[in-house]
Amino acid sequence: MSMWSRFTNIFRGEQLNREIDEEIESHISEAAGEGRDTGEARRALGSPLGLREQSRDLRLLPWLDSLRADAVYGWRQLNRHKVTSAAAILSLAIGMGACASAFRLIDALLLRPMPVAHADRLYAVVRQGVDFDGQVRIGDSCYPSFRLMRAAVKDRAELIAVSFTERVELTYKSDPEIEKAYLQYVSGWMFGTFGLHPAIGRLFTELDDQKPGGHPYAVLSYDYWTRRFARDPQIVGRTFRMAGVLYQIVGVVDAPFTGTVPGTVTDIFVPTMMHPGVVHDDWIWHRTMAQLKAGVAVEPVRAILHAISRGFEEERAKGFKNMSRESIEKLLDQTVVLQPAAAGSSALQEDYRPALLALAVLVALVLWIACANVANLMTAQAAARAREMALRVSIGAGRRRLVQLVLVEGVLIALLAAVMGAAFTWWSAPFVVSRINPPDNPARLALPADWRVFSFGLALTLAVTLLFGLAPALRASAINPAMALKGGADPHARRRSMHFLIALQAAFCFLVLFFAGLFVSTFERLSHQPLGFSAPRLLNVETAAQRAQPPVFWDQAADRLRALPGVQSVAIAGWPLLLGEAWNGFVSVNGAPPGPVLAYFLSVSPGWVDTMKIPWVAGRDFRPDDTTPGAAIVNEEFVRQFLKGVQPLGTSFAKGETRFQVAAVVRDAPYRDIRELHLPVVYVPMHSVDEKGAMRPIQNATFIVRTAAPNPMALASILRREIPRAQPDFRASNIRSQQEIDEAHTVRERLLAMLALFFGMVALLLAGVGLYGVLDYSVLQRRREIGIRMALGARAAHIARRVTAGIFSMVLLGAAAGLVLGMACARYIQTLLYQVKPTGWGMLALPALTILGAALLAAAPAVIHAVRIDPVKALRAD
Amino acid sequence: MPKPDSLQGSLDLLVLKILSRQPRLHGYAIMSAIRDMSGDVLHAEEGSLYPALHRMEEGGWIRAQWITKDTGRRARLYELTAAGKKQLAAEESRWQTVTSAVNRVLRTA
Repeated sequence: MSMWSRFTNIFRGEQLNREIDEEIESHISEAAGEGRDTGEARRALGSPLGLREQSRDLRLLPWLDSLRADAVYGWRQLNRHKVTSAAAILSLAIGMGACASAFRLIDALLLRPMPVAHADRLYAVVRQGVDFDGQVRIGDSCYPSFRLMRAAVKDRAELIAVSFTERVELTYKSDPEIEKAYLQYVSGWMFGTFGLHPAIGRLFTELDDQKPGGHPYAVLSYDYWTRRFARDPQIVGRTFRMAGVLYQIVGVVDAPFTGTVPGTVTDIFVPTMMHPGVVHDDWIWHRTMAQLKAGVAVEPVRAILHAISRGFEEERAKGFKNMSRESIEKLLDQTVVLQPAAAGSSALQEDYRPALLALAVLVALVLWIACANVANLMTAQAAARAREMALRVSIGAGRRRLVQLVLVEGVLIALLAAVMGAAFTWWSAPFVVSRINPPDNPARLALPADWRVFSFGLALTLAVTLLFGLAPALRASAINPAMALKGGADPHARRRSMHFLIALQAAFCFLVLFFAGLFVSTFERLSHQPLGFSAPRLLNVETAAQRAQPPVFWDQAADRLRALPGVQSVAIAGWPLLLGEAWNGFVSVNGAPPGPVLAYFLSVSPGWVDTMKIPWVAGRDFRPDDTTPGAAIVNEEFVRQFLKGVQPLGTSFAKGETRFQVAAVVRDAPYRDIRELHLPVVYVPMHSVDEKGAMRPIQNATFIVRTAAPNPMALASILRREIPRAQPDFRASNIRSQQEIDEAHTVRERLLAMLALFFGMVALLLAGVGLYGVLDYSVLQRRREIGIRMALGARAAHIARRVTAGIFSMVLLGAAAGLVLGMACARYIQTLLYQVKPTGWGMLALPALTILGAALLAAAPAVIHAVRIDPVKALRAD
Repeated sequence: MPKPDSLQGSLDLLVLKILSRQPRLHGYAIMSAIRDMSGDVLHAEEGSLYPALHRMEEGGWIRAQWITKDTGRRARLYELTAAGKKQLAAEESRWQTVTSAVNRVLRTA
């Protein structure tokens, strides 16, 4: 008989039994036919059950058969206690699902190697130094320096330049509408070095990346080709126009390569030579990646790169005029570092690495709490089944068989929880990714459900089973039948382990709540801090002209928008505040040499300060004839940094060769980041005059519109239509409310606060359920003792104290341990916090009180149960 | 543990040999055949017969088939397979080797 039939026989065990019995009966009847006594014939055959078992074991796989039997039995056990089983499975499912989701996110963003050749030999080349504000900063190199570095390590490594992914506007020839796409400038040799193949057409080579501006070609990503063109095979040869240049599509790179920036899926690749920055030694616009050749050590390559970079910067610094020696030294004091980049390299990774790790710790804690719950539940059930176990041992069940019996039940729980957890993960991981960035610019992270995720899930299920199932299983098997059947087995060992788990749960619960409190109050602080301007009712219309236009055209367009109904005021600025863009420089006051502090600049039109509702401190607004160089409006921080002890109004200062005179002082408003409330900022007129006295034309600017209605977005479509009418060459490229821009700065904090709060609640609920279960069990077990005490006249308060004292001291002990742990761990999440002190009393008291409250609530039913015990019934029942 | 039968390891050989002469026998008939052909000397232990039959069936040496007898009762008939014939030859030669060796010992000792 084959393995297969032995396998299938397991599931027709009853029929097997019948056949064996029937054969034996036929034997007996033959014997009777020969005149033998049937009784004697039966005796000669021996025990029919023994025969049955011997033959059965031959015809199927005994170990699998016993597993099947245990599974059926375990399933019945789960069914018998439907509510507790459901609670155990559900809590485990949430814990496991959350863990798997965290793994999927961390894996996709930080761990998973990119689908390129030799990802393990890929490094990001960065320059590490200390910034002017004393913080460690990581920076990149300019393109001319990159070229030198590439040539210097040519025989040991291939250097690749990859630009930050840009969201650009472009038009396809046949299509007059502007559309947006994610574009990356990449070295022509990147595709070859990465071993990538075209799905259609061809990819770039070294020859496509040689002359600045000379290679207007594009390669599409497979994802974009599918989404935008439905895999049109005619795509090769089509053209699009971007920033006035006509590009020709030469091919599509095969899936699954989506660029080198996890968190963004690149749509279009163009050669680095098409970037205007390739000829500038002061533009930083690309990352440098290095793929080491086989067998090459990292350090020598790093040393060469460092020497080249340092030499380049020193040469460049000779051209700096308006900088103090000190600033130049600081600028040069940078070290080239090679960071492993098998998983690619992106800002999203740097932003979210600590957040995701914190989240992973939180979900792991929740999973522990859930496991402790299930372990306690199974221990309590095992206690209730002590007699059954004792009976099994008495009739000859081996220790292994009993462990198997209990473990199989645990596996059933874990498997059911794993299935539900998988469903939870399937939904929750993409949900979290969709919440990472603002809705108009979502993070796109490939979240494949492949063998990596599957094996993590499997390992998790196994680990979880052992975590909660092994101890109860071993304890159940170590039973002493004589003691158990008499009803007097030592219940204290079991209670001790349950109490230990309660303390553990309380400690972990405290930690989760503590972190949740920190994240929530960080988000509160950030989202409620005064900004210095009024964000509601502000709409930012980012506008692009096909070709740069004289400033007066922009003023005319602003006038036209001002006339629209529902518009209160309109101003123009280079870009909206808090967009993240920055323009900075060193400032020299009254001809003195510049200091080491950077000032930040923004060009604005007359009326901008009033439209933003930034309060005036002194001076006057720009007039229509004010130009750059000329008048400037500065903020209070600028006065504090540069104009100490000077009457600010009328003081002149210079940024390089450009001179300004302070016309007004305004209150501080955050410039690029909501966390930087006080940066020295200079607002300069939009109208800029070049050396020859001619007005500089403007290609991009933002109309700042304050609306009468509370929802500014209601005007968006009208404004979008009106702008080309005002100036045929203008297009609104992006319309966003100021509040949306502000909220983008707190997306990570909101996500963390939301998830931490959710897990905090889950942890509290689980710990509460666990506590309730243990108390209930201990009351049930001590029913006789309580009955005797009551019969002897103990008061209810006394009983309540006796029942809860042990457990409450465990909760307190656990919470105290959690407190110590939390304070020890707090410094690891410092970077995720804002103006929140982890060691503050409020931050520590809140979780402690919450846990205590939850413990009281969870204890109430058991206490009520205990004091209501009827001594007569309790003593008679056993 | 099954009790060691009196035929000590030769039960398989006898069953295979009998089935090679008379195909399609049920368990009781095989037992009777062993007894009759050995001149009432060899008695197969009834308790070991069926486990042995099932084991040989499992090993693929014999196969079984249910038939309904005139009395209405079903009986399970066994017959030799190709693998069983090979096994029989192997068992027979092994038996010859063992018995001749035992005989040599008896003669010389």
